[in-house]
Amino acid sequence: MEYFLQQLINGITLGAIYGLIAIGYTMVYGIIGMINFAHGEIYMLGAFISLIAYLITTTIGGGSVAIGLLVALAVTMVFTALWGWAVERIAYRPLRGAPKLAPLISAIGMSIVLQNFTQISQGARVKPLPPVIKGGVTLMQSEHFTVSLSYLQIAIVLLTVALMAAFTWVITRTPLGRAQRATEQDMKMAALLGVNVDRVVSTTFVIGAALAAVAGLMVTLYYGVIDFYIGFLAGIKAFTAAVLGGIGSLPGAMLGGLLIGLIEALWSGYFSIEYKDVAAFSILVLVLLFRPTGLLGRPEVEKI
Amino acid sequence: MAATRSITWRGALTDAFVGGLVAAALALPMLGFRLVDSALALSVGFRLDWVLWAALVVFAGRLALNLLRMTGGLPDLRLGERLSARMGNTRHWASWAMIGFATVLPFLPFSDRSLVDKATMVLIYVMLGWGLNIVVGLAGLLDLGFVAFYAVGAYSYALLSTTFGWSFWVCLPLAGLFAAGFGVALGFPVLRLRGDYLAIVTLGFGEIIRVILQNWQDLTGGPAGISGIPRPTLFGLPFLARAPEGGQTFAEFFGLKFSGDHRVIFLYFVILMLALLTNLFTLRIRRLPVGRAWEALREDEIACRSLGLNPTTIKLSAFATGAMFAGFAGSFFATRQGFISPESFTFIESAVILAIVVLGGMGSQVGVVLAALLLVGLPEWFRELQQYRMLAFGGAMVLIMLWRPSGLLSSRSPTISLGGGK
Repeated sequence: MEYFLQQLINGITLGAIYGLIAIGYTMVYGIIGMINFAHGEIYMLGAFISLIAYLITTTIGGGSVAIGLLVALAVTMVFTALWGWAVERIAYRPLRGAPKLAPLISAIGMSIVLQNFTQISQGARVKPLPPVIKGGVTLMQSEHFTVSLSYLQIAIVLLTVALMAAFTWVITRTPLGRAQRATEQDMKMAALLGVNVDRVVSTTFVIGAALAAVAGLMVTLYYGVIDFYIGFLAGIKAFTAAVLGGIGSLPGAMLGGLLIGLIEALWSGYFSIEYKDVAAFSILVLVLLFRPTGLLGRPEVEKI
Repeated sequence: MAATRSITWRGALTDAFVGGLVAAALALPMLGFRLVDSALALSVGFRLDWVLWAALVVFAGRLALNLLRMTGGLPDLRLGERLSARMGNTRHWASWAMIGFATVLPFLPFSDRSLVDKATMVLIYVMLGWGLNIVVGLAGLLDLGFVAFYAVGAYSYALLSTTFGWSFWVCLPLAGLFAAGFGVALGFPVLRLRGDYLAIVTLGFGEIIRVILQNWQDLTGGPAGISGIPRPTLFGLPFLARAPEGGQTFAEFFGLKFSGDHRVIFLYFVILMLALLTNLFTLRIRRLPVGRAWEALREDEIACRSLGLNPTTIKLSAFATGAMFAGFAGSFFATRQGFISPESFTFIESAVILAIVVLGGMGSQVGVVLAALLLVGLPEWFRELQQYRMLAFGGAMVLIMLWRPSGLLSSRSPTISLGGGK
């Protein structure tokens, strides 16, 4: 029981991180119908930028952790969002209206470029960061096992929930969100009605990248090690999460992220840690077999 | 698109300036600072001059591009279209010329061992590209895990030959069959899915296969892989310096002086033959009912269904056929390397093969060759540049896509069409 609870806590933390990345995938897919393969790399850039920003601010600011983290969070979101914007502008926008596979290949190319760019500019070695937020609360204690909830885990989950709330508010209540939803439903019609489609798509990429940046910062703090290759697997899993929840659906992305995180944590807790990626993908296949549009996805109606 | 807008000097300069500014902002965190890991802790180094350089490079590049546009001197972007239009008449010729050139390549005066080796590598990708072309180009199924079947082929040959001592020529068809079997087994549950769902599931399968190869120590040797995989023989004649007892080597049989080049050239011809076989198969099957059904399915699934075709079986056959050729290519890869490990079957391979198919122009056989030369051949030459190689590779993928969104040679229309068609 204690063990299960601990895995549950770990899984939810992991799921929050995946969910934040998954939102970027699901939004971009919803609006322009492409798999943004470079999104995992954007998250990786976020992790690197946050590490750099944190180290610089603590050096200048005299080592205050709280200020360092807050500044790093803001700086990371801004710069990573800029990267996300630039990737869309360079590699995807010229391909709007091109055959369906063209943006996908361009995205894969972009992902290779970003990965190798980071490897060259920051070195291939793993970058370690000693724990920044220490301590936690002990929830339950038995003879064999102690269930603990670290402050970092609390912070990650709270921040994710806050971001989700803010994000949902933006999408459902603001003019920007309305334009976004309109573009998602019908790009051409939205353009005819005076929505600046290009700007909406850019904003989508910017928001997605900013959320991925937060995930990058969280992972840097949570695992304490990053390298230029982390974007690939996290990207695939987040995309899996998006598909699992029903691609194009925002609550679905969150739910999918949470599920993937839980599956991974429970699987590695109870079965084997080597096959945890296999477990996530197998669940995906099973879900798609019975609900081909994901858990919360709308069934696709095909008109002739 | 470019020539219609008139651009003023002022506009060009502002645009370039903004470009430079953005580049500086992008470069600031990633190039301007560098993470230095020393023994004590991680620290940050500065190299802000790099940011300046990045900004200047982008500024100059952007300005040059704008000026070219202003003077109308931008190279004609429709070069490829004209090329493929003209190729229409000469395509037949061109392909024969290419086959002829490929046949004599090892004997040309300027070719040496490394060239033939590189050509072999390119041909493996040509073959894989042609195999995937059946799935993606003809049947229109997006497969992001093609490397899984390549891996199955490679491992089945490696295991069969090291365990039972069977020869390459016995194992080759078996490896193809295994891969096709995997294609059916994996494809059966997922082929109901459409488009991008299929893509992510195939990607997942690719990763699953790799993880299994990596962790099933008893069978696959884990991350260490399998080594000592036997080399192929020519009707039982091995390419060795000295024959095993009671046998003859290739060099002895033909009265040649032994040379390591013989094996390299032999391998080259094996893969050339296998690749041409794939090509011939594809060209022929396009005209058979099943091939026509693939193309019809790609064009319109609903129409197919209403005409009584069963989409699942058709998709499955395309999936299995593509997988079979990947299996052949895989067992060739295993016998050429003599050593395989899960390292060789990562997602990036799937991406490269898919890129070859899409860059070539989906469904175009000659396009696949061109794209493979461009994507695999060129980087092989620049192997010395090591880390910049993959950077250039990814950049090339993006640039080619921007330049020719429908591939180097434009996508082919269905082989057969009603009224006014070919």
